[in-house]
Amino acid sequence: MRSRGPKTQDPRPKTQDPRPLDFRMKIAVCIKQVPTREWQPRLNDDKTWVRDQDVSYEMNEPDAYALEEGLRLREKHSGEVVVCSAGPARVQQVIREALARGADRAIHVEDDGLAAADAFAAASALAPAMAEQKFDLILTGLQSDDQGHAQFGPVLAEKLAIPHSTIIMEVNVDPSTGSGQGAGSLRVKRELEGGWFQYVSMPLPALLTIQSGINTLRYATLKGIMAAKKKEIAKVAAPAGSARSRQKITALYAPQKAKQTVMIGGSPAEAAKELVKRLREEARVL
Amino acid sequence: MILVIAEQKDGKLNRASWETIAAAQQLSGGAMPITVAVAGERVSGAAGELAQAEVTEVIAAEHAALAHYTPDAFVQALGQVIGEVKPALVFFPHTYQTRDFSPTLATKLDRALVTDVIGVKQTGGTPTFSRPMFQGKLTADVQAQGPAPHLVTIQIGAFRADAAQKGSSAAPIKNQPVTVDEGKLRQKPEAPFQEAKQAVDLSQAERIVAVGRGIKSQENIAVAEQLAKAFGAELAASRPICDNGWLPMERQIGSSGQTVAPKLYVALGISGAIQHLVGMKGSRTIVAINKDAEAPVFEVADYGIQGDLFELAPAIIAELQK
Repeated sequence: MRSRGPKTQDPRPKTQDPRPLDFRMKIAVCIKQVPTREWQPRLNDDKTWVRDQDVSYEMNEPDAYALEEGLRLREKHSGEVVVCSAGPARVQQVIREALARGADRAIHVEDDGLAAADAFAAASALAPAMAEQKFDLILTGLQSDDQGHAQFGPVLAEKLAIPHSTIIMEVNVDPSTGSGQGAGSLRVKRELEGGWFQYVSMPLPALLTIQSGINTLRYATLKGIMAAKKKEIAKVAAPAGSARSRQKITALYAPQKAKQTVMIGGSPAEAAKELVKRLREEARVL
Repeated sequence: MILVIAEQKDGKLNRASWETIAAAQQLSGGAMPITVAVAGERVSGAAGELAQAEVTEVIAAEHAALAHYTPDAFVQALGQVIGEVKPALVFFPHTYQTRDFSPTLATKLDRALVTDVIGVKQTGGTPTFSRPMFQGKLTADVQAQGPAPHLVTIQIGAFRADAAQKGSSAAPIKNQPVTVDEGKLRQKPEAPFQEAKQAVDLSQAERIVAVGRGIKSQENIAVAEQLAKAFGAELAASRPICDNGWLPMERQIGSSGQTVAPKLYVALGISGAIQHLVGMKGSRTIVAINKDAEAPVFEVADYGIQGDLFELAPAIIAELQK
């Protein structure tokens, strides 16, 4: 069942557009825990993954923008934001962070085997628990800063048999139209390449992958951090067999250089002098 | 057999289609036949162009419902082409359009999808694909698991379009009928548009100074501005700077912004994620200034300085003014 609030408790200002009074959005935001940007990777012994014990983690940046968009939609339309994540126990760090920023509750599909899961494995792990919830809208980042497959969103949408759109820069929800009973529909702005955009409409429920920069992020307040401690994190076991990845990493290594880079050392003044000399005399670009 | 899915818009081929053909030819080494398919409303012109390539066959999959891209229509149509051709591998250019529908197609087919591939090779008869991971800090060699076909997307700029071999005679073109159930198309697309007339055409700039996260705050943008002025360069930025509103979106370099190839490109505090590198690595001379010696931007740089940009930029300005 779709969650619907009693009409008498509608918190929206009465001046807003006419729309079904019982329209509340049940929004899911899928987030991933990834290594911090400052982290310097070190390889494990068989050189197929990184040394996990050296890693410090943070919320995947595009997912943070998806969370912010979910919170803004909830503020506009009322409803709830449920943060969903798949991974080992450590991912609770970013789940707590999302709850502190304002998400209402969380679903954590916990399995150590999901630590290095690819997009197929992560979507397979989350799909059954998320299907039960019957979300109106699912948001997630366009790709992860670790493996960067950029597949998770559309794969999850297909597993849940809902439409999707990717690399979204604006989300508009129209509660008055849609396929179901006041189910609502979306009109979203998709980013295309080279500075082009396009609006696309689709019925709810739907899934969107959010581009960084769609909004301005809020950060957790002390009050939010305190409130997060009381919020529910539902732990769900991963469905059997879902953690199998579709791709096997046979080797992991430092990128091969495309060019022979001349590294210029010395003090800032010395380096500047050497660089300008080389740009004038060797590269002849000044 | 390798099936290459070319991309076209209004009958015009996306150049990345040729890069993808080059990748398929490299992996094949002449041992695997290559078929190219192109889908759209009217694609005979594009199919004719593709037939110049050294490939076995070109498939034209035309349907009125493919005139304006939707993931649902393309998944339906290309699913039928793959079912007909039965390839071992399907190569796509890693465009925003491919990113939108290929995961859905792979899920429907229940097959593996390897994205963002920058290198291909055979390892004991098994195709192995290289792709960047951890924001380009590492490269992974990966092998797709499970039954064929395996789907693979080739990163823009990783292979050269002009490396695609042309055939001695035109390849045969086959018109492949496809059906699209228009009642099942859930997305309704509108016409693409540009936000505003681009005030700056960075592709025409001779020199560019581009600034990244290393600049730390909006106030510090002035440091990059002064360096650009001293070089006689246009000021540009990586995506996070524009996301923060520190510089307008129109000054963004990379896959979502402009692609440039100036005489001189100075990357100031830019780590060099693949999305940025694809927009600038064709520059003639690249200078990278970064505090992190391991930053991926140094892979494409001709000159690199590891250090504090707040010390280096004023020193370079002083040197240029001598």
